[in-house]
Amino acid sequence: MNALPRIRLEKRLATPRWLGVATPILSVLAALLAIAVIFRLLGVNPLVAYGRIFTGAFGSLYGLSETVTKAIPLMLAGVGLAVAFRARVYNIGAEGQLLIGATCATGVALFVPGIPDGLRLPAMFVAGALGGALWAMIPALLKARLRIDEVLTSLMTVYIASELVNHLVYGPWKGPGEWGFPYTDKFPLAAQIPRIGITRIHYPTLILALLAAVLAYILLQRTRWGFEIRVTGENPEAARYAGMNYLRTAMLVMALSGALAGIAGVGEVAGIHYRLRYPQGISPGYGFTAIIVAWLARLNPLGVILTSLLIGGLLVGGDAIQLALGLPSATVYLFNGMILFFVLGGDLFTRYRIRIEIPSRAAATPVRLEREEAL
Amino acid sequence: MPDTTVPAVEMRGIVKRFPGVLANDHVDLTVRTGEIHALLGENGAGKTTLMNILYGIYHPDEGEIFVKGRRVHIRSPRDAIRQGIGMVHQQFQLVPSHTVVENVVLGLPGNFFFPERAARQRLQEFAQRYGLHVDPDARIWQLSAGEQQRVEIIKALYRGADILILDEPTSMLTPREIEELMSTVRRMADEGHTVIFITHKLDEVFAVSDRVTVLRQGRVVATLETAHTDKRELARLMVGRDVLFRLEKRPVAIGPTVLEVQDLHIRSDRGVLAVRGVSFSLAAGEILGIAGVAGNGQRELVEALAGLRSVEKGRVLLSGEDITNRSPRALVQRGVCYVPGERLVGTVPNLSVAENLILKIYDQAPVCRGIFLDSQAIASHADTLIERYAVATPSRETPLKLLSGGNIQRAILARETSSKPSLLIAAHPTSGLDVGATEYIRQVLMSQREEGTAVLLVSEDLEEILQLSDRIAVMYNGEIMGILPVDRADLETIGMMMAGVHRDL
Repeated sequence: MNALPRIRLEKRLATPRWLGVATPILSVLAALLAIAVIFRLLGVNPLVAYGRIFTGAFGSLYGLSETVTKAIPLMLAGVGLAVAFRARVYNIGAEGQLLIGATCATGVALFVPGIPDGLRLPAMFVAGALGGALWAMIPALLKARLRIDEVLTSLMTVYIASELVNHLVYGPWKGPGEWGFPYTDKFPLAAQIPRIGITRIHYPTLILALLAAVLAYILLQRTRWGFEIRVTGENPEAARYAGMNYLRTAMLVMALSGALAGIAGVGEVAGIHYRLRYPQGISPGYGFTAIIVAWLARLNPLGVILTSLLIGGLLVGGDAIQLALGLPSATVYLFNGMILFFVLGGDLFTRYRIRIEIPSRAAATPVRLEREEAL
Repeated sequence: MPDTTVPAVEMRGIVKRFPGVLANDHVDLTVRTGEIHALLGENGAGKTTLMNILYGIYHPDEGEIFVKGRRVHIRSPRDAIRQGIGMVHQQFQLVPSHTVVENVVLGLPGNFFFPERAARQRLQEFAQRYGLHVDPDARIWQLSAGEQQRVEIIKALYRGADILILDEPTSMLTPREIEELMSTVRRMADEGHTVIFITHKLDEVFAVSDRVTVLRQGRVVATLETAHTDKRELARLMVGRDVLFRLEKRPVAIGPTVLEVQDLHIRSDRGVLAVRGVSFSLAAGEILGIAGVAGNGQRELVEALAGLRSVEKGRVLLSGEDITNRSPRALVQRGVCYVPGERLVGTVPNLSVAENLILKIYDQAPVCRGIFLDSQAIASHADTLIERYAVATPSRETPLKLLSGGNIQRAILARETSSKPSLLIAAHPTSGLDVGATEYIRQVLMSQREEGTAVLLVSEDLEEILQLSDRIAVMYNGEIMGILPVDRADLETIGMMMAGVHRDL
């Protein structure tokens, strides 16, 4: 007789509300548990490592301020991606749109004369948003006109954007005063975003990010465009049947997510570095990490505020343990990868329930354990 | 010959609960060996759940199961197959890119390298004994729904099933294929197989079964000898009240021409001309029924009229205005409403009932002001329609997918007819629905006619066409074989036209 427990998946009729909240939290915990195993294998006590990460990210004013600083670009790009993904338009190119936004802002900061000081920063934000949106139009148009899958094309535009930035900072835009580094000249004061005290929190961008999250939520839930986005994402055929314009919706969400990623790029060059630098110097993959931020928030723009702070904290804490425990720099990527893996996997449990059955040897009637589990 | 004194299947006191639903409430079912036992009930009555329990897909919360007199615990389909139970689901479980033989032997132990060789012989044997003819080397995707179903039955027989469960087996079939299936089922029963036939169609109960068990709301209402009952009694048992089989057709003054179709040519998804030179006209207050076996161009015609498919040649006029190849949006604005043949096309399952009800008016006042949606207007719109069309839903915020098929169709009909359309296109509006829902949907179509809507009804159900239509057009191979007024249409004439004979009056 077979005495092994059987594990079965049963489809849920409905997803309980609490599960929608519990799943991402438990997914992150499961990811942390898996990473703990790896820490152990590397000879590091996982509890010590997590302690360091937590105190590094949230345990000091400096750590907290850095966490918020890193959350700003994640929040901006993550909100845009959440909206695009809701329409089932998979913009994977936020990183490139961020770089183009940074480039456009730099152009306005350094090479457009005659803008009054008070309008310099607003002009940079507008240029960055427009640049990001237009860059996102490349995959959007390819999809609309030639039906080319946007996942591949938007990803490819990241590399093009990256090479464009490289070309500029090693070539025509290379600053004469930068000792041969691949940097542009420093931005004039009027082109620098103000920060809070001695921290690196460039608060105008933070306000923009929070505003974007709230407005995106209202857009999705309370406007007719949001209704079109949700219907298109849930059932494209029904959207067509209802007379909705798929191409217009796809272009809209692409442009929106591109613009928000572009604004994130403006914040990085004008709020952190005060110059355009080589691509990895501007963004350590914020545009890609924002994908995790958006999924972790279950594509809810308001949730992105929380998840961007959480992932921002992990980035800061990850840096902290690299230095303190001598772990390789890939540790942070390991975190990102593991979390995305578990979050996407955890989604299964919102749609299915697990039943575990343990056949008993003694009795003819099987003892049945029935459990609803989030993980 | 198996022992016919012991019941093939006996289920006692079966209880199965799902979140918020009692799907099976102390169900007792006895199926005699060698009989064809119909399991009759409306959608959601618990028929499929009960059979999924017998087949080991679900586990009963209470109750006992006996197969051939022995108490058994069926924990998986594998256990069920070991007990000689096979099940053919509504959705076929075949690998489309594999051949018939490969599908039949898939997952079986034994000859690892050339498993098909032995199978071929058995396939031949099944073809002769039961009329289960199918080319062993054909790939599944090349087969019609009826042929795929035969492969499923063969799969079950090949695994040694002598108790066969068929879950609504006729829902995907053409009338001819239904005939063939019924004869196969009878031949299997003659050979001593036991067949459990799940259905909600009364005709099928009388066409094939020896006995019938009626389920309603998860409970067994009655088990009867089919020969000792009639349609009316079964319908009453199934629905819980008397059912009208005749709808009253009040005379309506025919209004001006609403739709005029001239020499329409339309291509199918595969690029073949599916509609070839179709012309007809339709007036306000009239129902034009389009009969025909599915796949003769009806789908393409309807999609083109709704703006979802482009017209190759010909013209479509709506109240005199040329609307050929206009966008769905433009047609919606001109009062063209469309109840699609596949419910999934017309709904968003994960959105709420209320949101589904505004699918076509989400950008118009009062639902939409400026760019903002008015949640109060949406709520009151939903409440009005839910009440007027008696949509059974826990609340207007419930995701539409949790409603039964009949209630989803009510919601679609509510949305499409509440705006006083000029033209209503209804494709297979009652397919897959139970008697109660069907009756209601037909009444709604009739009242639309009385309110002066031009109704184009496409259906495979001849009874429905005859009952509702003022005129009947028959489509065959992309052409209209003729248009008859209903009082001059009889089953024989329509049948000949469905087979491709021109007839004009």
